[in-house]
Amino acid sequence: MHPWVGAGPEDRRHILAELGLKSIDDLFASIPAGVCVDGLDLPPARDEDWIRHTLGDMASSNVAMDSIPCFLGAGVYRHVQPSIVDAVLSRAEFFTSYTPYQPEISQGTLQVIFEFQTLISRLTGLDVANASLYDGATALVEAVLFSHRVLRGRRDLVVIAETIHPMYRRVLDTYTEAAGIEVVIVPPGIDGRLDPNSVREMAGDRACCVAVQSPNFLGIVEDLPQLAVAAHDGGAIAVEVVTEAVSLGLLAGGGSFGFDVVCGEAQSFGVAPGFGGPHLGFFACAPKNLRQMPGRLVGETVDEDGTRAFCLTLSTREQHIRRAKATSNICTNQGLMALAATVWLEAMGGSGLRELASSCFVRTEELKRRITDVGDPWRIAYPQSPTFNEFLLVGPGNGKELVERLASEGVLAGVPTTDWGGSWPDGVLVAVTERNPVTDLDALMGAMERLS
Amino acid sequence: MKRRAIRSEPLFFERNSRRVRRQGYLLPALDIPEVEPSDVLPAELLREPDPHFPDISEMEVVQHFHRLSQLNYAVDEGLYPLGSCTMKYNPRINEQTARLPGFASLHPLQPQSQIQGALRLIWELEESLKTITGMPGATLQPAAGAHGELTGILMIRKALEARGEKRDVVLAPDSAHGTNPATATFAGYRAQEIPSADDGTVDLGALDRMMDETVAALMLTVPNTLGLFEHQILEIADLVHSRGGFIYMDGANLNSFVGRALPGLMGADAMHINLHKTFSTPHGGGGPGAGPVTVSEALLPHLPVPKVIRGDDGFELQWEDPASIGQMRGFYGNFLILVRALTYIWSLGADGLRSMSDVAVLYANLIRHRLSGVYHLKYDAPSLHEVVFDDSIQTRSEVQNIDIAKRLLDYGFHPPTMSFPLIVHGALMIEPTESVAPEEIEAFCEAMIAIANEAESDPELVRSAPHDTPVKRVDEVRAARNLKVTWTPEDEA
Repeated sequence: MHPWVGAGPEDRRHILAELGLKSIDDLFASIPAGVCVDGLDLPPARDEDWIRHTLGDMASSNVAMDSIPCFLGAGVYRHVQPSIVDAVLSRAEFFTSYTPYQPEISQGTLQVIFEFQTLISRLTGLDVANASLYDGATALVEAVLFSHRVLRGRRDLVVIAETIHPMYRRVLDTYTEAAGIEVVIVPPGIDGRLDPNSVREMAGDRACCVAVQSPNFLGIVEDLPQLAVAAHDGGAIAVEVVTEAVSLGLLAGGGSFGFDVVCGEAQSFGVAPGFGGPHLGFFACAPKNLRQMPGRLVGETVDEDGTRAFCLTLSTREQHIRRAKATSNICTNQGLMALAATVWLEAMGGSGLRELASSCFVRTEELKRRITDVGDPWRIAYPQSPTFNEFLLVGPGNGKELVERLASEGVLAGVPTTDWGGSWPDGVLVAVTERNPVTDLDALMGAMERLS
Repeated sequence: MKRRAIRSEPLFFERNSRRVRRQGYLLPALDIPEVEPSDVLPAELLREPDPHFPDISEMEVVQHFHRLSQLNYAVDEGLYPLGSCTMKYNPRINEQTARLPGFASLHPLQPQSQIQGALRLIWELEESLKTITGMPGATLQPAAGAHGELTGILMIRKALEARGEKRDVVLAPDSAHGTNPATATFAGYRAQEIPSADDGTVDLGALDRMMDETVAALMLTVPNTLGLFEHQILEIADLVHSRGGFIYMDGANLNSFVGRALPGLMGADAMHINLHKTFSTPHGGGGPGAGPVTVSEALLPHLPVPKVIRGDDGFELQWEDPASIGQMRGFYGNFLILVRALTYIWSLGADGLRSMSDVAVLYANLIRHRLSGVYHLKYDAPSLHEVVFDDSIQTRSEVQNIDIAKRLLDYGFHPPTMSFPLIVHGALMIEPTESVAPEEIEAFCEAMIAIANEAESDPELVRSAPHDTPVKRVDEVRAARNLKVTWTPEDEA
């Protein structure tokens, strides 16, 4: 007997009697004996206290980001988490429902997704957005495959900025290898920014897609207007990847500068870091390419009485209808994470989001100023280039050593670039958010001085 | 779901129509000197304030989502018998463990010494899934079932490459989930359908004819989407393996035989497991799911990186492996979903997991018994955790499966799956799961019988359903014809 199984032994006997069977085993007679086992070599059932203690111990053997001054970023950020976000997510009406295939009893989920699509559309500067994708890395993959489809598979080259998150590029390699798409990498200039002319040369007239990230992996804001022109000169689809979505509170989305796709990771909008998932991929494009867009989509319509209503739409692109001819094999979206982002963004409001993004920016500038003042052996790798809330710090040792030594001084200073390679100095990516008070900055500076 | 007099809730963008300044959240105070962004950042890159992104107060936000939630049906409200989706109870203890700060506030790129508990959790769940499937390897990286399928097919592709073979076809039965052929195409293969035999399982003769040296893999759902076990599974696996192909098993229906049979014994080379089905993680209104993949010896070298390795000094992440297919997504999987699944497995234990499958199958057979004859059963082979009827009795009075589904909404139940299997026209695919009380199953059967009676006595009542939902029947054709996927300021006019 277990509380999560609805029928007790007497119930089971009654049902078996109604079915005219002696044993539950009879129901499994169609399974050939050669594949059967009698039970599993797993531990016995455990009560809630045992579970809470055991998993509690496991969790507390990790060092939570909130426990010490923390400047970790590189695609996963620690922003404010209004208590109402989790309160809404904990409503069973949202988290125990499924894909809204029956719109008459799913208007809650459907309207949330419609609002999410609208928010992403307004932030990216593009007119349509989907209901979400797995994460930022797979959103980039989908953007590349989307470009390949839009240009009807006639161009098998994609041009990728080296300053796109190296892990996103690794994930992309897995898929492009299978799809037979060639990837070329454009390194940044000496200022850590992409040179539109190198992008133009690399793309020529063979590329189906030019993908850039802004702010890039080094935290530097790219010259999006010129990069869009460079991509379009050779007829490529221009894709912007965003890994720190809060930057969109201060910086205009690529759609405003002519980018055809803006995609990326929206974990920053109220989704827990959660050791890397579940996070929230997003994807926005121009309406003319809507039918090539991957993933679920909610549209507005009316019910029989003419009342406004929402439903899933254009499912003719999707696998359950199109099967082998679908635009992608993706089936689920990240529904609950899209809900988190929608609650979070609506709690912030337009003005609040801008204020929050400014707070990140201002704190980052202050930290950069302090580091510049201290000087040798510490320096900012690209001091002249504009950043949003992250920058590359170089110091006495490689990035990995620096992070470990600063951690023993009680500060999580950032993410080392050591294991990722790249044409930039080996250092530490330092991210600053509105949750780093001035005391965190003091702590980091103190730790750095002790290492000097 | 509450049936309310007010049937619609304004959109966020329609609130605070005077666009005055309100505040939904108090940000941490700015305790350092202000810097004007335009003094540092190129002015042309800055965002203009958006007058159509309103500011509303905290309670307005809470009320908005509370009201929206009341327009939803959910597992906690009643039976949700969507076939193939396994809408079981989502235990609350899962939600507590997933919110432990040491898991939820953990950054994936922290130094290895600070993430030992998280790596151990991944390792423990991999071990459990290996035991449950009887297969020697596992990856927890895939974000969903379809993503697991792709991971498995890419591993098969890599194994064939390692053998110096290039095969370009993937087979799947005509009863398969739509994701199977979509995955095959996405991975660069041609998807081909195998017809089902008269009993609804794979036609072994047809497989024999189609299984040649061009075929990389057979994708097989066990039990299949009709709820029928592939009783010739061993012959099928032998045939495919003897001609150099691989068996990809779609584990969507694993919940029907946990503790009774092992995919490892069935000859599976790769199988994804939907944690949101068999292992109770919430469906979340359409995700996030998680689709771990277990593999046979043959595919072990090709598992995605990073891998979690147990070393002498604890757990570590291995990022490089030349034989691997590479990385399938960012980081290590939908980690907080993995926490929930391990909580479920440890809570139920060996016997609990087995009784989960037992009762899921028992309930499905109770429904089958009570509704047979009232609804038509195209395939009468013994079914496991789900049963597929069709609407051929009701279409005599011009009532279709969609009408039956919409009428069920009035009776307070979520309808069954109708969009597949494609080999059953007018399908009603019912999967009750083990969680609910027997009375809930009986009430559902009574509702289904009442609707069948209405279909004869008052078919218009059924055809015009639903009558008692927050909105009436929604015009899905119009949505696709006049596409409108975002709110725009022009809507205000």
